[in-house]
Amino acid sequence: MSDTIHGSVMVVGGGIAGIQAALDLAESGYYVYMVEKEPCIGGVMSQLDKTFPTNDCAMCILSPKLVEVGRHLNIEIITLSEVQSIEGEPGRFRVTITQKPRFIDLSKCTGCGQCGTVCPVKRPNEYDECLSQRRAAYRRYPQAIPSAFAIEKRGMAPCKVACPADISVQGYIALAAEGKYFEALKLIKEENPLPAICGRVCHHPCESICTRGKLDEPIAIDFIKRFIADLDLKAETRYIPEIKEKREEKVAIIGSGPAGLTCAYYLAREGYQVTVFEKFPVLGGMLAVGIPTYRLPRDILEAEIDIIRQMGVEFRTGVEIGKDITISDLRKQGYKAFFVAVGAHKSKKLGIEGEELEGVYAGVELLRDINLGKKVNLGNRVAVIGGGNVAMDVVRTAWRLGSEKPFIVYRRSIEEMPANEEEIEECHEEGIEIITLTAPVRIIGENGKVKALECIKMELGEPDESGRRRPQPVHGSEFIIEVDSVVAAIGQETDWTCIESAGDCRISRWGTMEVDPLTLQSSEPDIFAGGDAVTGPRTVVEAIAAGKRAAISIDRFLKGQDLREGREKEKKAVEDVLLEGYDRAPRERMPRLSVDDRRGNFEEVQLGFTEEQVRREANRCLSCGICSECYQCVEACQANAVKHDDQPVERTIEVGAVVLAPGFKAFDPTVYETYAFAKHPNVLTSLQFERILSASGPTMGHLVRPSDHKEPKKIAWLQCVGSRDINHCDHPYCSAVCCMYAIKQAVIAKEHSEQDLETTIFFMDMRTHGKDFERSYIRAEKEQGVRFVRSRVHSIDLVPGSDDLSITYVSEDGEVVQEIFDLVVLSVGLEIPDSLKELSQRLGVNLDEYGFCRGSSFKPVETNRKGIYVCGVFQSPKDIPQSVMEASAAAAEAGKLLHPVRGTLTREKIKPPQINVMNEPPRIGVFICHCGINIAGMVDIQEVKEYAKTLPFVEYVANNLYTCSQDTQELMKQAIKEYRLNRVVVAACTPRTHEPLFQETLEDAGLNKYLFEMANIRNHDSWVHLDKKEATEKAKDLVRIAVYKVALMQPLTEPELPVNQEALVVGGGVSGMTAALTLADQGYRVHLVEKTDKLGGQALHLYKTWTGEDIQTNLAEVIETVKTHPNISLYLSSEITKVDGFVGNFTTVVKGPSGESEIKHGVAIIATGAEEFKPQEYGYGTDPRIMTHLELDQLFMSHDRRLNAIGSAVFIQCVGSREPSRPYCSRVCCTHTLESALELKRMNPDADIYVLYRDMRSYGEREKLYLEARREGIIFIRFDLENKPKVWVEDGSLKVEVIDHILKRPILLSADLVVLASAIIPRENEAIAQFFKVPVNEDGFFMEAHAKLRPVDFATDGVFLCGLAHYPKPIDESIAQAKAAASRAVTILAKKTMTFSGTVAQVDQMLCSACGTCVNICPYSAPRFNEKGKAEINPALCKGCGLCVASCRSGAIRLMGFDDAQIFAMIEAA
Amino acid sequence: MTDWEPKIIALLCNWCSYGAADLAGVSRLKQPSNIRIVRVPCSGRVNPKFILASLRKGADGVWVSGCHPGDCHYIEGNYYARRKFVLLKKFLEYVGIEPERLHFSWISSAEATKFAKVAEEVVEAVKKVGPARYLVKREVEVE
Repeated sequence: MSDTIHGSVMVVGGGIAGIQAALDLAESGYYVYMVEKEPCIGGVMSQLDKTFPTNDCAMCILSPKLVEVGRHLNIEIITLSEVQSIEGEPGRFRVTITQKPRFIDLSKCTGCGQCGTVCPVKRPNEYDECLSQRRAAYRRYPQAIPSAFAIEKRGMAPCKVACPADISVQGYIALAAEGKYFEALKLIKEENPLPAICGRVCHHPCESICTRGKLDEPIAIDFIKRFIADLDLKAETRYIPEIKEKREEKVAIIGSGPAGLTCAYYLAREGYQVTVFEKFPVLGGMLAVGIPTYRLPRDILEAEIDIIRQMGVEFRTGVEIGKDITISDLRKQGYKAFFVAVGAHKSKKLGIEGEELEGVYAGVELLRDINLGKKVNLGNRVAVIGGGNVAMDVVRTAWRLGSEKPFIVYRRSIEEMPANEEEIEECHEEGIEIITLTAPVRIIGENGKVKALECIKMELGEPDESGRRRPQPVHGSEFIIEVDSVVAAIGQETDWTCIESAGDCRISRWGTMEVDPLTLQSSEPDIFAGGDAVTGPRTVVEAIAAGKRAAISIDRFLKGQDLREGREKEKKAVEDVLLEGYDRAPRERMPRLSVDDRRGNFEEVQLGFTEEQVRREANRCLSCGICSECYQCVEACQANAVKHDDQPVERTIEVGAVVLAPGFKAFDPTVYETYAFAKHPNVLTSLQFERILSASGPTMGHLVRPSDHKEPKKIAWLQCVGSRDINHCDHPYCSAVCCMYAIKQAVIAKEHSEQDLETTIFFMDMRTHGKDFERSYIRAEKEQGVRFVRSRVHSIDLVPGSDDLSITYVSEDGEVVQEIFDLVVLSVGLEIPDSLKELSQRLGVNLDEYGFCRGSSFKPVETNRKGIYVCGVFQSPKDIPQSVMEASAAAAEAGKLLHPVRGTLTREKIKPPQINVMNEPPRIGVFICHCGINIAGMVDIQEVKEYAKTLPFVEYVANNLYTCSQDTQELMKQAIKEYRLNRVVVAACTPRTHEPLFQETLEDAGLNKYLFEMANIRNHDSWVHLDKKEATEKAKDLVRIAVYKVALMQPLTEPELPVNQEALVVGGGVSGMTAALTLADQGYRVHLVEKTDKLGGQALHLYKTWTGEDIQTNLAEVIETVKTHPNISLYLSSEITKVDGFVGNFTTVVKGPSGESEIKHGVAIIATGAEEFKPQEYGYGTDPRIMTHLELDQLFMSHDRRLNAIGSAVFIQCVGSREPSRPYCSRVCCTHTLESALELKRMNPDADIYVLYRDMRSYGEREKLYLEARREGIIFIRFDLENKPKVWVEDGSLKVEVIDHILKRPILLSADLVVLASAIIPRENEAIAQFFKVPVNEDGFFMEAHAKLRPVDFATDGVFLCGLAHYPKPIDESIAQAKAAASRAVTILAKKTMTFSGTVAQVDQMLCSACGTCVNICPYSAPRFNEKGKAEINPALCKGCGLCVASCRSGAIRLMGFDDAQIFAMIEAA
Repeated sequence: MTDWEPKIIALLCNWCSYGAADLAGVSRLKQPSNIRIVRVPCSGRVNPKFILASLRKGADGVWVSGCHPGDCHYIEGNYYARRKFVLLKKFLEYVGIEPERLHFSWISSAEATKFAKVAEEVVEAVKKVGPARYLVKREVEVE
């Protein structure tokens, strides 16, 4: 079988649980795929400020883990991905994942951040829980892994989709919003060479479709464009696009309208020799001879044409092709291609009687005559027929020329008019009448001159193919209007003189030219056509689009490329743009010339936006596409990593097992209407508050409230929001973490606050059930002054006239209290989002009733699908250490399944042999990084380079655009070889992220990796200084410091020691046995030492787990498996008498019934358990009916008859726990009581059962039992530590008295049974602690290496911890922890040898005075006295902190890599 | 004298304060350019001699910064550092070194703003007392 299963595992989720599982697996010999839906790993933990109960900085402890995952040879991080399906069977799964595009090439991005700096699009920053903004090109947080940026896109913005010219409209709006007008202009001019013209006359389909229009009014896109374009035209030097490469081919363009101009522009940019032929004496086509100057001033038109001229385009006016010269002539002159864009300059006839009369004009011809300066007398009453822009232009021109009453006759209604809205509006302003639903029937003449117009009324019928309702005449509604002239403006057609001689170009029956709609190529291959000549009369921007399209075709035609390839793209607009959360903001109004000032002249009517208007207007943009495709990032990225056309990918990956660690979602409290979370900015979720406290958060750790940035004086926390609540959210479970994080936040908030901060936590039960949690609680209340109020708050109201919040609650005395706070934090619970529920369904993984994926008590991390394991909050609500333990446990399960193929898919770094550089004088190479412009923009690299050459021992200096890029690594290796370099300095960013990368390069080049030093001239220099000279000087200093140090660096060896692949487990309870089995099942020999004569430990005394599973049956099975396991050697009735050695090489002496035996092992797991506290109060021992938990379980197990006759039972909680002498919670007792009470109730349904408690701590899903108990009528009475219940025997019966916390009066209970929830207390652990050099805490439990992230490790390498010896816990958690300890142990056992760091301390035996300081202070027990009585440091244990070095009185200890001499040299160089 | 800019040597713990300086860079928090950072594995590595050497080699101020109490990457190195530093500072004050020249701080790797702020404070404090006068090893001027 082993040759067919895969030695790889997929970990779904990159939060802390996923990270731990991945690291354990990768270190145990499995290749890991980590699938994460975000662009980086880190999960919710990365958002936390501090972690409870130690208040460690979350990022400080997380980020080394992130780096470890990111650099691990056997972990592949797959970001932006989701699992779609898992097929196959355990050992052979095929997982299909879909990966969203990142739009940035991970392999090229150096994380320098330039893209984010130039990105104009602002987005709510999810990392800051939307309390700040980020850019569309972003990195979730600075320490993110992968450190590459990502671009967030939703799709194409509707405005861009609607624009015929494909302009990135959202892009230039975003740039304008930032005041980057020049960048905006360049972006526009990529797609449209005539923005100042378009900004005036475009029919702007972008605005019609603008999403903002759904909210209030569309963005005034066109006016913004006009402002941007005008600014450039007014500038001293105008923007002239760069000519890419000069080419010899000549192209002729016929017609200088917008299509012709555009085509000329793009061809010129490609380098072609372009000539534009124009029939009229002026350039611009319809722009010049059609559109009146009050809409489009001539200087604007000329300015934009002039730019094209400056690009090298030749213009010839007054040349009519077909008459003055033919296309064939031009071919002879060497023109290789033609673009026919002659427009449509012939007005269509009305086709009615009297059209030949004097005073009847054709629209465009009339406008042309006027535009070319001809005097025309139209008379006073001018009837203009038509509803398009030409009709508007004519009628308004007539009004300007002095006609008293020009008017429009249009056959449809105003809504159908094709003219621009603002034109119609301005028409109205100018008092011009628009007669709608009217059509001319005939023109009545007198003496050959127009006298009147006969019209007929129309009505609208069914829509026609254009979608507009078809007008139909109303019979008998004819009427006559007296007029002086009639102008027909109902459409135009083309005059085709130009091509009559051009061969077989075909003209359609509509009078347009027939061309390929995609390429615009005609049947003559070298002739292309576009604009009105092809489409019939259309708009300017459509003509521009055609000109551009033709230019692309002509370019490809002349280069002999395929004309069609890749051009058939479908543009699809985004739809799911949220419209919530925006204030209504009216559209800016265009300032216009007053009506009085317009009469009799052709002054421009629209005056243009002011800059303030542009900024306001641009800021109204909803960023529909998110990324605006402004391409600033493309330009800014010197690594060429941006790829806007990135596509989603589907991948199928074969793995042996899957670990699900997808995490959770913080509950969204919007559904709590009375808490008004969405309404009041000063009501925050706890995660938002976490960001406010964070030094890297939206307020840089400054504690202020969002509404007015005032420092709060009073903050309230409301517990159980989205937890223990079925009214608002159907979450009956407890989220298990909120009580502790609220306490932590209250304490940290007080530390942050400069004034006295009042903090109040409103809670139901304070659940501080974890290790050292109770102490935090006590300290918070007693020492730090956090106020705790036991009450569930009903509502939060805004205090009128302020941003303060009023809280109404009922106190314990039943009084209704109102209190005012500056800020309210909702302690939101954890929930499983719908997306995860769907995923589970797709995968066929069962969830429980609350959506969690909890395994059974004995198989806590297994799902119903074998080979798929689960950990973290997805398993059940829990805190970080518990998640980390489960993650390791899940890794262990996967290891159990896959151990036969361990190491088959993992890769190992092959290091070339090292060059011996000992005794060589230093030959230093210095590599100076530009980091794009990140360093080079502030530091004069050349100057630093020249300076570096002058430094001692420097043989070679190079500068690189990105020193971390792959090609530079190659250059570096070459330089090392070529110049025989034996020391390297990289002057770039920080060694914390980049040192390992460069060290790897050194090793590849055969150099010892310790012959290296970095000068941090980016993070510590170019990024934090503004003066180039100062920054350059500092960079020189930093390089000098590094050179001085590296010159003294010596090659260091990394000791490699063999690992004994056997394990010792101390303790034969459930934890010890589970750990032993987990290891033995993976093929390792385990020595299990148990003090007593039987296996089972405390579990032997337990009845059922909280989920009702029978413990004894399961336990018996485990014991049997252990006893018969071929890999387990059992030592019963045995104790350890001596331990020697260190990780990988321990020797332990065990004394048993048959004498002493010596065990050699590589790792040890301590699972020595704990015991039940024997109470000294509540009459314990005076009456057999007063018993402890475990004693009651014995009765249950023996089916004691007495239990069937219980009429009344009293359970008393916290017996021996949470006492001043034992200030910790025993974690299991509340749940145990609930189980037992329910069991009793089941046996005696009529019995009165009381639970006397201080806080019910049925954490997580155990809350279910509490709910059930209350439903079953079990009575809960709370008492205080000060008023403990009393128990006595009176007349042979048990009496219990307790002060009721509501009535404040004593209650007397008679009981047949009193059960004491007695504490769990540690064993005498001192001896074991000394043997293994591991610490115990104040309470006597063993102390793990780190409360959060190393919950089963000891600071001493190779020794691990699990079960009750760590802290009280139930069976399921003990099992998870035992598996975790085994998993951690496997990371060592899986290796035949271990390599240790070279940066360790060494003792000079000659100098050592054997004072013992180093031996005493080293937290890792690395130094010890050797047989000569001198100190000696074990490199396998030394962590290289240097504490002993700095403390050695004789100066006998040196720290390799950070030696005194090296640091002195650095100080000297500084 | 108005042009005088002090030179300050900062001995920073790799795991926290050095990281904070890195993050201050990422956050583009502007700082005075007088500080030269020497990275050490732990503030516990800082031998009092380093501080003396800095002063002798012409530094006008020395700044040692480590992890917050309880946050030490090496469990408790920072406590030892603090103990040594307090003692040394008293001694140096005794021999005439102005207390404003010597600084000690706790800055976690997430506290970029604190780093920039303390950097500014350190520079300001040293500026106030002027160029170092004692311990500085100068070349003997020959007339």
